[in-house]
Amino acid sequence: MTTEPTPTTLPFDGNSAGESLAGDAWRRLKQNRAATFSLFLLGLIAIACVAGPWLTPWGLNEVDWNAFTAPPSIADGHYAGTDANGRDLLTRTLYGGQISLSVALVATLVSLVIGVLYGAIAGYMGGRVDNLMMRFVDIMYSLPFMFLVILLMVVFGRNILLIYAAIGAVEWLDMSRIVRGQTLALKRREFVEAAHALGVKSTTIVTRHLIPNTLGPVIVYVTLTVPKVILLESFLSFLGLGVQEPMTSWGVLISEGKDMMQSAPWMLLVPSAFLAITLLCLNFLGDGLRDALDPKTR
Amino acid sequence: MTTPLLEIDRLRVDFHLPQGTVSAVKSLDLHIAPGETLALVGESGSGKSISSLAIMRLLPDLAEPSGSIRWHGKRGEEALLDTPLRRMRQIRGNEISMIFQEPMTSLNPLMRIGDQVREVLKKHTSLRGKTADERVIELFEQVGIPEPRRRIASYPYELSGGQRQRVMIAMALACEPKLLIADEPTTALDVTVQAQILRLLKDLQQRYGMAILFITHDLGVVRHFADRVCVMRHGEIVETASTQALFSAPQHPYTRMLIEAEPSGRKAPVDPSLPVLLEARDIKVRFALKKRLFRPSEYFDAVRGIDLDIRRGQTLGIVGESGSGKSTLGRALLRLLESSGDVRFDETDLTHLDGSAMRPIRSRMQVVFQDPFGSLSPRLTVGEIVSEGLRVHYPLLTRREREARVIETLEEVALDPAMRKRYPHEFSGGQRQRIAIARALVLKPEFLLLDEPTSALDRSVQATVIELLRTLQAKHDLTYLFISHDLAVVRALADSVIVMRQGEVVEQGETEALFRSPRDAYTRELMRAAFLDAVS
Repeated sequence: MTTEPTPTTLPFDGNSAGESLAGDAWRRLKQNRAATFSLFLLGLIAIACVAGPWLTPWGLNEVDWNAFTAPPSIADGHYAGTDANGRDLLTRTLYGGQISLSVALVATLVSLVIGVLYGAIAGYMGGRVDNLMMRFVDIMYSLPFMFLVILLMVVFGRNILLIYAAIGAVEWLDMSRIVRGQTLALKRREFVEAAHALGVKSTTIVTRHLIPNTLGPVIVYVTLTVPKVILLESFLSFLGLGVQEPMTSWGVLISEGKDMMQSAPWMLLVPSAFLAITLLCLNFLGDGLRDALDPKTR
Repeated sequence: MTTPLLEIDRLRVDFHLPQGTVSAVKSLDLHIAPGETLALVGESGSGKSISSLAIMRLLPDLAEPSGSIRWHGKRGEEALLDTPLRRMRQIRGNEISMIFQEPMTSLNPLMRIGDQVREVLKKHTSLRGKTADERVIELFEQVGIPEPRRRIASYPYELSGGQRQRVMIAMALACEPKLLIADEPTTALDVTVQAQILRLLKDLQQRYGMAILFITHDLGVVRHFADRVCVMRHGEIVETASTQALFSAPQHPYTRMLIEAEPSGRKAPVDPSLPVLLEARDIKVRFALKKRLFRPSEYFDAVRGIDLDIRRGQTLGIVGESGSGKSTLGRALLRLLESSGDVRFDETDLTHLDGSAMRPIRSRMQVVFQDPFGSLSPRLTVGEIVSEGLRVHYPLLTRREREARVIETLEEVALDPAMRKRYPHEFSGGQRQRIAIARALVLKPEFLLLDEPTSALDRSVQATVIELLRTLQAKHDLTYLFISHDLAVVRALADSVIVMRQGEVVEQGETEALFRSPRDAYTRELMRAAFLDAVS
């Protein structure tokens, strides 16, 4: 990672006039070239996925009867080749990106909100409450994930929203454990005690003093969660529980591509490249965010 | 003059950081004669520990030492900075050994202490099996570990801090080194234990005829312990002299400043007719060690029934060693801990108040903690930290009014108000402690609990914080409860004192009377150790 060299001790210059934490973090994120470039690339991929239908000459489900398993070619408009059914791979990859990225976004957000709040409350309350809350997490852990998903399918029928819910419901467990551990260590620190002595309310202590200080590990974990979620979705789709034909996702495309690896490598390479670049960018962005949000790295 | 054991010539240590090169040690010259005790004294950041690590070649990879370190050991003269690492490992622990500040973390918690000492013997001597065990037991006897035969099978957690430091010393002495580097060996210990360890080091030095390089920030310890003293500042030696000469006629202004930074001044007792602000009766705090469902739980009594009265404008000092329950008592008085007994603050009974009923009183009784690094939330700016109490107790203040109060308070603790947009890690220890004081002061409290507010600070910084506390007390008619293990500071600040031990009051009275003629045996021991008459 490249960071701009900054002097260890800054003199009290005009900068002390001050900015908000967010503005300040943004300024520092911009100094981090890898993170900025990643953010730019991620934005580009997201736009391409949304605008996919207008970008390519082919539709999602449109079969080109002249090109089954055709290699990439500029001439006939299949810039990334076609699959075994003669459908344009680039179009399908961009459509698949809509699913993969939105699942990643929603499920991670769900796990972030539930996990951080749950973990912080459990850690802060401690004692019996903590015990009860964490035993509930243990029970959730012990439920087989597939069982949960199938149960949801049976009750609510097949729906893409259910995949979000199911993945989010599982992913917050790890997050809550991480945050709880951090909180347990933090709440013994003297600044929390000082807040008590000032008469600060418990909810304020949790939101203002504890949660912001768990941010470092949380952000790192989020950047690890996103790829996990994308892969989990492809696993579900592979089993026929996730998105179904003709809709697709990166995971589905990759698992189809791997069967054709010998004869049509582009079917594996194109969706894999999109996934890999996205994950790499997320990791760089996560690193950059963690540094930018940590006042100690100024 | 005999050949010196160790000669350091123009030692320079540069740290190559991504932000640029920082010289931790700029130019260090010193020599140690065999059997001599040389003290290297300096405040934090002076480069004294880095110098000692350079001698052992234990510097981190970022650091680049230059200059020369010549060692006259078993193989004649060697230049330690150029010695191959293989040879260096033979020297470490064998000819030169080292003890560190933190006895709690210097031992491997999963290894029996006997095995840890035996490891040194195995590395450097031919002793094995039974003979090695005998040597370990002999060493434990010499460093004063009771029941050495049984103790060799103990794990570090079974020992107290002082005993662990003794084990570290036994390890360091296992091969009868020519030079012992002691890097703040007593800083983390209680004063009475510190005195014992220093006496032990003196005895062992005579027995083994070794030289000691004693690194410390505490001039008081040096006075009775070292033959010569080097005073270090910003990576350079500012003065070298024999101990007697240094203390009787310090040459350099920095040395004079260090010597004068010993806390001074006294506080006159308050008028006994003044009203009692804080009254506590029979305060008891007990912690559950093990909660069991059907059998009686195990408890630890941290505070065992303490009465105290603090009058308006008074400073009550509580002294005691670690584990005496003094901090626990302070927290119980502020209702930060569950306790039994009655606490009355300005005629209000606090005993049965719940969180919200307690809130209005919180603005009148505030606290400053010991650790200037842990007591400020790292993700809030100084302005946010200081204004926190205002948000709670004066929610109707506008942003501008709040800002004005923060600026006023920061000016009062002699901090530049322009710094309020900065984060705590950008400040030094003394500045952070001022921020913590500002946070407490912004609510204009009447009562301030000061829990070791100066213990983590360098002496010279300590003196300025003490001065600040005095000024603030006079200006706002504040009442202090001052908790400390440092008797010199308590003597300077408090007008009456309580001595605590194992959760109980050992002795109490007016400061001067108590310091001049302590009645209790434990108080006397504490004072002897604190003012270090015991070592010489």
